This record gives sequence, structure tokens and C-alpha cells, in this order.
Amino acid sequence: MAIDTLHKTTGSGHKRPKQPPLRAARKAGGRLWVRLAVALLLVVEVYPLIWMFLTSVKSNSDYLNNSTWSLPATWEWANYAEAWTTGNIGLYVKNSLLAVVPALALILLLGTAAGFALQIMVWKGRSLTLLVFLAGMMIPPQMILLPLFTLYFQTGLSGTLWPLILTYTGTGLPLTVFMMATYYKTVPRELFEAATLDGAGILRAFWTISLPVVRNALLTVGLVQFFFIWNDLLIALTFTNSQDLRTVQVGLLNFTGDFGATQYGPLFAAICINVFGTLVIYLFLNQKVMKGLTSGAVKG
Amino acid sequence: MHRVLGDRRAIMILLGPALLLYTLIMLVPMVWSLGYSFTKGNSIEGFTGSGLDNFTRLLDDPAVHDALWFTLKYAVIVTAGQVIAGYLLALLYVFFLKKASALIRTLAFFPVILPTVAVGLLFQKLFQVAPQPGPVNSLLNAFGLESIDFFGNAGSAFWVLIIMDIWRSMGFYAVLLFAGLVDIPDEVLESARLDGASGLRLIRHIVLPLSLPVLMSSLIFSINGTLKVFDSVVALTNGGPGNGTTPLTLYMFQSSFTYSEYGYGSTIALLLTVVCLLVSLAVYRVSRRDNTES
Repeated sequence: MAIDTLHKTTGSGHKRPKQPPLRAARKAGGRLWVRLAVALLLVVEVYPLIWMFLTSVKSNSDYLNNSTWSLPATWEWANYAEAWTTGNIGLYVKNSLLAVVPALALILLLGTAAGFALQIMVWKGRSLTLLVFLAGMMIPPQMILLPLFTLYFQTGLSGTLWPLILTYTGTGLPLTVFMMATYYKTVPRELFEAATLDGAGILRAFWTISLPVVRNALLTVGLVQFFFIWNDLLIALTFTNSQDLRTVQVGLLNFTGDFGATQYGPLFAAICINVFGTLVIYLFLNQKVMKGLTSGAVKG
Repeated sequence: MHRVLGDRRAIMILLGPALLLYTLIMLVPMVWSLGYSFTKGNSIEGFTGSGLDNFTRLLDDPAVHDALWFTLKYAVIVTAGQVIAGYLLALLYVFFLKKASALIRTLAFFPVILPTVAVGLLFQKLFQVAPQPGPVNSLLNAFGLESIDFFGNAGSAFWVLIIMDIWRSMGFYAVLLFAGLVDIPDEVLESARLDGASGLRLIRHIVLPLSLPVLMSSLIFSINGTLKVFDSVVALTNGGPGNGTTPLTLYMFQSSFTYSEYGYGSTIALLLTVVCLLVSLAVYRVSRRDNTES
């Protein structure tokens, strides 16, 4: 839908009639009201994160004895080292990467190829196949967890990161296939017909011609899927049966229990590490992320 | 010229792997899960048929009733909250901030991408009462009010959950609805203004009807997500106190993995799927009717 109007500004061409003084005064009052609303919005959105960061560099006694509003008495950067090593966040981040990167690569490769086959190639039953993929977006993941658990258990994949990689790929495909097929709609078929006239096979045309054309879409879809997988808790919680396999979300959830409830600084440091990882990506690619996530929502 | 684009072998190579994996990971387990609903046991001890036992148990289980009621209550309130807060923000962007709104839009959007577990733990600490009152209770104290043990009873824990999930997602719906609002032609607004409509009346009679389609698709998307709530609850309250904040998804998870009752877990999952489908269908039908009327 109308996602590409995201950056369009409104009301640029308004003619402003001369305003009587009363209306001008009301207008100024309105501006104050708007400013207050924006200020409140910013405080509500940003302050919790600032508080979280400040608490992550407080020592335990500082946290327990001083007001929750206060700045850190001393800046305890050691909390981060503690969370990373003793708290195992380093291991969890590694596990997350080992699950997310292969899953993401598989999703993008298979999803783009399928989107190409469903949108550019011409064959009977392709709209039905697309519908079958779409159905996957409606199903709650709870519906597939138990059989998958049995499947992975019987094939001996339990105890590795493969259950995560496979499940993320399978659940990520519907949206990816749908989004890539939509992007391929904008690419004229003649482009590929012309290429194949020159003797290149259609598979080659897919790889060398279509991929560069949709590389922007690949980045957008990749970002969307990255956030879904990186932030996932349900699937990771189901299939990581030992501490060594925990992803960062599962590890963080169990952090307090493993580490003793009294270590507040490292706990906040662990939350910060998790949050700032995604925040850095958002800092650089926010327009793409906003576009991708919202266009994933408005299907048709 | 469609000979090349109809190459069956190429189609198989391009589509085959995705279709195979999708079938193995999503379609087969779905049918398999249906089968589990008629059994007892788990994958370690094996399964035995149990006919309709799980379904009769489902109907009489007070925990299921509570979880279903919680899920519906949560989904309706959060959906309404997300979409209304998002719509108000979108109106703020379009009609008051205008060109300056890009930065605010970007800032208000970012909680969407934060890991839910991190946000859940953060809100736990923001609303905590012991060992050290968090910012919310400190604020209450500053106004001379008593601290509230938010997670001590299901009622207040529920509202913290609601606040957290609206906080997380209102920026998302604001951007979604913003895209719908900027599509309203300037001429329409301008002529309505010339006819004397302004402020609330302009929004009530012109803007609201025109943004109804995008509001409806937001509603459908939101209700579909909120019915499946899991991460937020697990991270914030883990269903507690007692099972006071346990949605269907969490009850399914506990039945399956804490008590190893796969058959019963699958039956709850099926109930969840049916609820999702029915609610989506209902919202869809209502939205269709509204579209044809206006």
C-alpha cells in the first residue's frame, strides 16, 4: 500500500489567510499544547532507556541506597564485563549469531528464489501456491511447536542449534516470499526475456539480473526478518534444552535466576547490551526498518 | 516467448527448496498437531489414543476459561490502545508537526525494534517496589502517595502489561496510520476548511472517515498479534501472580513443556488458532461493511 508516501510532507501548499488576533492567540496556545505533548512523548519514550543505562553503571550499594533518580556515584563499567563473562551474555550472543545468520541467509535465498518463481515465471497454479504460503502467516506458532519438538528429537537434531535455524527459516519464509513476490511485481518480465534471448539461462538471469534489481528489497526484508528472529523468545525457549545453547533472549530471561537476584548492575548491563545491539542498527537504517516493518503489516 | 519463463526445471529449482522447507516446518506439523489433539502422552514416553478426552477436558478446565478470558481482554484493550494512541500520534505528526515530524516519528518508532525480553525486564524494574522503589513508585512517593506493589496482584500487573505493550507499539501504528493520513488529498481538507470545518469537527467528519480503511487494516493486524501474546507476558510477569496473567499461549506452553502433556497442549493450540481465525474473520467482515457504506 501507500508506504512510499512515508517521507512525503503534507500541507506544503497551504494558502494562509490573514488571521484575526483572537485566532492568532489561539494558534499560539495550540502550539504550546503541541510542544507539551511532544515533550511528554519524548520523556515517556526515551527516559526509561536513559534510566536503564544509568542504572547499568551503578554499583549494587549505589542502586540500593540512593534515590532511583540519582546519577551513578561512580561509573562501574565493570558491570558490563561481569555480564559478558560471568553472566555468559557473550556466549548467548554468539549462539544468537550462530542461529540468526544462517537462518537469515536461508530465508533470503530461498524466499527470493520462490518469490521470483511465483511472480516472474509463468505457470499454472502459482497464485494458489502463493496463497498456501500466505496461510502460514495466519497460523500461531504454538500450532507447530510440539510436532517439531518430536521431529527434532527423533532425528537427533535436539542439542544443536539446527532446530532454531530450521524453525526460523520455515516460519520466516511466508512473509519473505510474499514480500519478494510483491517487489518482483515492479520488475518487468521483458527484462528477463531479453536476457535469455542472449543465451543466458533463466536461472542465471535470476542470479545476475534480478538480484541486483531487488537488492534494496533484500536489505529491507532482511532487516525485518533479523528483528523477528533476533527478538524471538518462544521458539528459542522451546528448542534450547541446555544452557550452552541459549540465545541472548533466553539467557537474559534466566539471567537473574542464574546469577543471583542481588546483582543489579550486571543485570541492567545485560539488558543494555541486548537493547543497544538493535538500537545501533536502528540508528543507521531507521528509514528502511520503518518502511520494512510497516509494509510487512499492510498486506494487500 | 513464455517458453523460457515457463521452464519447469527452473521453476522446480527456484521454488522447490522453499516449498519443501515450508511444508516440512509449517504444513506437516500443523496437521500433525491436529492429530496430537486426540492422543495422550509426549514424545519421550510415546503417545496413546484418547479420543475426544482432550476436548471435553478443555471445555471444563477453569484454567482454560481464565486464560481465554485473559487473552480476549488483553487483545481487545491493547488493540484499542495501540490503534488509538497510534492514531493520535499520527494526527499530531500530520496536522501539528508537519515537516518537523520526521525526527519524532523515528524516535517514537524505535521501541518497536527492542527485544521484548529486555523491555519486559526493564518495565519490571521501572514498576518495582522492592528492594528499591523504581521510578514509577518514586514518582508516586514524590506526590505523597504510597508505593504500589504492581506485581502483587493480577489486576495491577495486567495494567502494567497493557501500558508496556502500548508503549512498545504505538510508534509503529503511528507510522502505519501516518501513511494513510498523508494520502488524504490536500484539496479535500482545504475545501472542508473553507466550508468552516476546523479542529475536532474536521477530524471527526472528514479525516476519520477517510482513514477508515487503514484504521481497519491496523486493527486486523493488531488483533492478530495481540491474541498471540507470549513474550511480553513471560518476560514481565511469567503469568503470575498465581496464574492471574496467563494467556492461552502461555498455558499451552506450560501444559506441553512443564507437564509434558502434548495432546492437551495441542488442543489448546487448536483453540487459539480457531479463536484467531474467528476474530480476524469478524473484524474483516465488519470492515468490509464499513467500506461499502462510506
